[in-house]
Amino acid sequence: MAVLLLADVVAGALATDQVAKALTAVKSLGPVTVLVAGPDAAAAAAEAATLSGVAKVLLAEDAAYAHGLSEPTAALVVSLAGDYEHIVAASGALSKSVLPRVAALLDVMVISEVLAVHDATTFDRPIYAGNAIQTVKTSDAKKVLTIRTATFDAAGEGGAAPVETVSASVDGSLSSWVEDRVASSDRPELTSAGIVVSGGRGVGSQADFALIEKLADKLNAAVGASRAAVDSGYAPNDWQVGQTGKVVAPELYVAVGISGAIQHLAGMKDSKVIVAINKDEEAPIFQVADYGLVADLFSAVPEMIEKL
Amino acid sequence: MKVLVPVKRVIDYNVKVRVKADGSGVDLANVKMSMNPFDEIAVEEAIRLKEKGVATEVVVVSIGVKQAQETLRNALAMGADRAILIEAASDVHTDIEPLAVAKLLAAVVREEAPGLVLCGKQAIDNDMNATGQMLAALLGWSQGTFASEVAIEGDHAKVTREVDGGLQTITVRMPTIITVDLRLNEPRYASLPNIMKAKAKPLATRTPADYGVDVSPRLSVVKTVEPAGRKAGVKVGSVDELIAKLKDEAGVL
Repeated sequence: MAVLLLADVVAGALATDQVAKALTAVKSLGPVTVLVAGPDAAAAAAEAATLSGVAKVLLAEDAAYAHGLSEPTAALVVSLAGDYEHIVAASGALSKSVLPRVAALLDVMVISEVLAVHDATTFDRPIYAGNAIQTVKTSDAKKVLTIRTATFDAAGEGGAAPVETVSASVDGSLSSWVEDRVASSDRPELTSAGIVVSGGRGVGSQADFALIEKLADKLNAAVGASRAAVDSGYAPNDWQVGQTGKVVAPELYVAVGISGAIQHLAGMKDSKVIVAINKDEEAPIFQVADYGLVADLFSAVPEMIEKL
Repeated sequence: MKVLVPVKRVIDYNVKVRVKADGSGVDLANVKMSMNPFDEIAVEEAIRLKEKGVATEVVVVSIGVKQAQETLRNALAMGADRAILIEAASDVHTDIEPLAVAKLLAAVVREEAPGLVLCGKQAIDNDMNATGQMLAALLGWSQGTFASEVAIEGDHAKVTREVDGGLQTITVRMPTIITVDLRLNEPRYASLPNIMKAKAKPLATRTPADYGVDVSPRLSVVKTVEPAGRKAGVKVGSVDELIAKLKDEAGVL
């Protein structure tokens, strides 16, 4: 049976890495149709069509779908749902808002943060902040899933899927967009970066967080933060790595001044190599680190920056 | 304006979670239970709206086992006015799914006619992150998810949301469902006099049958296991050693 994959489009650009990883996760479920919605989304649709494993791309080019507003986007997905057994998306702010709404409109349960697809009805997902992994089997005819993409390889290019235009009449009066406050950065994107350098409460202040950023820039890495660092105002919310933030699995994860609360570990423990720098040798982060350095970050990090 | 706040009784966030050896789930017998932390933030926001004169009454509702009364009393002690318990399970290990919870809440909304529902964005037990969005869908209402700032402005609410790239501000038409994120506020502690006063506040008990809602699960749990652990690696003695290991041994630099 067929799969409908809702793509995230940010400012007209396809979230290619997320879509490509979700494609890999669901390819065993059937031919995948990617839905690209938004104003000026034709380029994003054309890009989706080049991904290997895409059978078809549906393009819904309408201002109503701008900025990922949940209500019109969910209505669009529901209007297309009839042809598909699985409705999926990479887990993120868009899918977490839209897909539960879609599921309720279809009178089915949503299955969020899927880690593994066993068969058409059976999926693994984390519960209790990643302290347990549950295998669930659904009895619903339609399955609505968000995919935790961190551990899936991205599908390659080389596809040439047809792009079809679709439209739906949607009520745009429920919500409207006011503004985005998005820090622009030349750094790699957190969820797809090969190296991530994260700072925690141990960094001590927003000013000192610049040290973390400097190390990240030296390594051409993305910057992450623990919840404690974000709550303390040292780092913006979109840098948060953890169960309620972003889930990452880079080649190298460098945790600086992070104690290693379970909520944080849930967001980074699938990283290939983990480095921990912390002055407290009892910090739980050392229990998951491949390489631990017990040291004051304010001397170790500048030394690293100098010697790298 | 009446504000409705659903609250869930979950394992206390400080308790170490233990997976049962037979793979049937997480052991909740004789474990400290508390209000879901995200729901506490929702209760706090509702009380602040009442203190500002925006809300007139704060009604809290919980769906689950009888012991969820304690969670509701806690919300009443924080400052909510009235509570509704929908007893939908007799075993603490029975988790009522978000779809069924949303259907029950939709029935409560039709009865109570609140102008705003404030929900936690997710419960820390099943981590599903779905109930608020599902409720909005069933009612045909707008939704503002993952809120870090909320302002009620007449027939609209301005919601600042924590999204992937930073913050997004939207306006949603009232009545609406807002799901709250961690940084919206710092919930207060209930004072002893307020805990005493809460005992006298009204708490109604209902059942799913009263609302004609079927709470049978759509998902069956095949098994629950502990995640694959990571082994601790080695401690290095210096920055030089660390860089050398990353270059030569791990090959990631």
